[in-house]
Amino acid sequence: MIYILILSIFLGVEVIAHVPSVLHTPLMSGSNAIHGVVIIGAIIVMGQAEADNYLALTLGFLAVVLGTLNVVGGFVVTDRMLELFKKKK
Amino acid sequence: MQSQVLEIIYLIGSITFIIGLKMLSHPESARRGNLVAAFGMTIAILGTIFLYRDEYNQPFASFNIILIFIALVIGTVIGVLAAKRVKMTAMPQMVSLFNGMGGACAAIISVVEYQHHFAAGEYGYSGTVLAGLLIGSISFSGSMIAFGKLNGNVSDKTFPFQSVINLILLAGLVAAGIYLAIQPETNMPVLGMLAAACLVYGVLFVMPIGGADMPVVISLLNSFTGVAAACGGFIYDNQVMLTGGILVGSSGTLLTILMCKAMNRSLLNVIVGSFGGSASGGATAGTTQGTVKEISLTDAGVLLSYSKKVMIVPGYGLAVAQAQHTCHELENLLEEKGVEVKYAIHPVAGRMPGHMNVLLAEADVPYPKLLEMEDANSEFASTDAVIVIGANDVVNPAAKKNPQSPIYGMPILEVEEAQNVIVMKRSMNAGYAGIENELFYEPKTRMLFGDAKSTLQKLVTEVKAN
Repeated sequence: MIYILILSIFLGVEVIAHVPSVLHTPLMSGSNAIHGVVIIGAIIVMGQAEADNYLALTLGFLAVVLGTLNVVGGFVVTDRMLELFKKKK
Repeated sequence: MQSQVLEIIYLIGSITFIIGLKMLSHPESARRGNLVAAFGMTIAILGTIFLYRDEYNQPFASFNIILIFIALVIGTVIGVLAAKRVKMTAMPQMVSLFNGMGGACAAIISVVEYQHHFAAGEYGYSGTVLAGLLIGSISFSGSMIAFGKLNGNVSDKTFPFQSVINLILLAGLVAAGIYLAIQPETNMPVLGMLAAACLVYGVLFVMPIGGADMPVVISLLNSFTGVAAACGGFIYDNQVMLTGGILVGSSGTLLTILMCKAMNRSLLNVIVGSFGGSASGGATAGTTQGTVKEISLTDAGVLLSYSKKVMIVPGYGLAVAQAQHTCHELENLLEEKGVEVKYAIHPVAGRMPGHMNVLLAEADVPYPKLLEMEDANSEFASTDAVIVIGANDVVNPAAKKNPQSPIYGMPILEVEEAQNVIVMKRSMNAGYAGIENELFYEPKTRMLFGDAKSTLQKLVTEVKAN
């Protein structure tokens, strides 16, 4: 796990090292959507909650909703921003 | 079998995030990159729902799967509606809002996992759970404040020794987190209090930072949420969460630093916000002698109509007043009169990289009309009139001439090279950097006070009359 962690840190830095400043905002928005991957955790919480554990069920449900908002909203907003860039071509 | 398929799906997901991020950093491929990452996310989500097996090799109960889908649908509908309806100028706060949702999600996961199976002795595990809680909730409340600030609901607030108090509070939070992590029994009340304190810290952290620096803060909180998601990856031994989270964490940190660099400031400077009164006092002394001349709308209209070449320098004021369409109207009108109109875009105009490009693109301003800083600077000398709309620091000659100035060294648009400069501004107040602008006192500069949109509208009428 640590191995992957360190590799990912370098990858993250390398991948965006030469981004033009015009794209800072869409890139921020795009990576915002990507960290929505936290939803996977929310799904696991939700999926494993016993039917009588209302606290876990409620929290899990809330977490999935919030995570989905992050993922879907993030990608759609990014797409809208980039749509404007494309038109200029 | 299922779990191996899921592993492969996660691998594909991780790869799409990397490729997506890479493509997002090039203008031509950016949009496809976003879709690639979205595709990876979709398969990772669906794969988790149907192929995930717990430690007893059991799939999720169908009751739970139904609930998951209900939650997914609710989130999707709200997310799409919110993202589609938001105005282009409100994009940064929207990103902040969604970021906060991710942070909250990570915090909730930690709460549930904390009360779940919390075996004594597994410090690595319990530490990750608490780290996820801390970072997630700080990111959530911080993002909400950032959202409020950009939306204009929350104003900047500072009190004495704020940075010291914040540091002490942060140290206390970390200490409490470590205490809970090494406790053999679960202690829900203390955990609740810790979560609440983290929320308060998030508020205090963002509160004193000026609205103009919010994009940097959002980018920073964005990378926080990435780290929180990576904590989730550790908790569940889940590679896609780990790689996705860390990718965002590290690239987000780098992006934050790049943004600071574009403004010629350090990250620490933004966070501590030492940019206030003391620095400006020394810098302004002796440089701001002279009188400010106003120009009437009629004169401005005449000047523009009979110019050969006009350069428009948009800034934050244009964004705030949502004046981009009126600005385009003025541009069309002048073009009809045979005036050559171009836009000079400073990389951090609007204090948000690319902000002006997005705004003007929304108003259908053709792309070739937008000049980058270097190109614009070589054209100012042959320009008859420059209209500065709601921009200040990016045209402040002090950045070139005055080594004492806090913005010294920041590249600027050299509008003073042009024949005439008209500055549209709401008042004589200093820009976000809190420093005076000697450009306003130059003999060739005239001021046009008022809200950017209404002033532009009046100017359009004047130009029409000519």
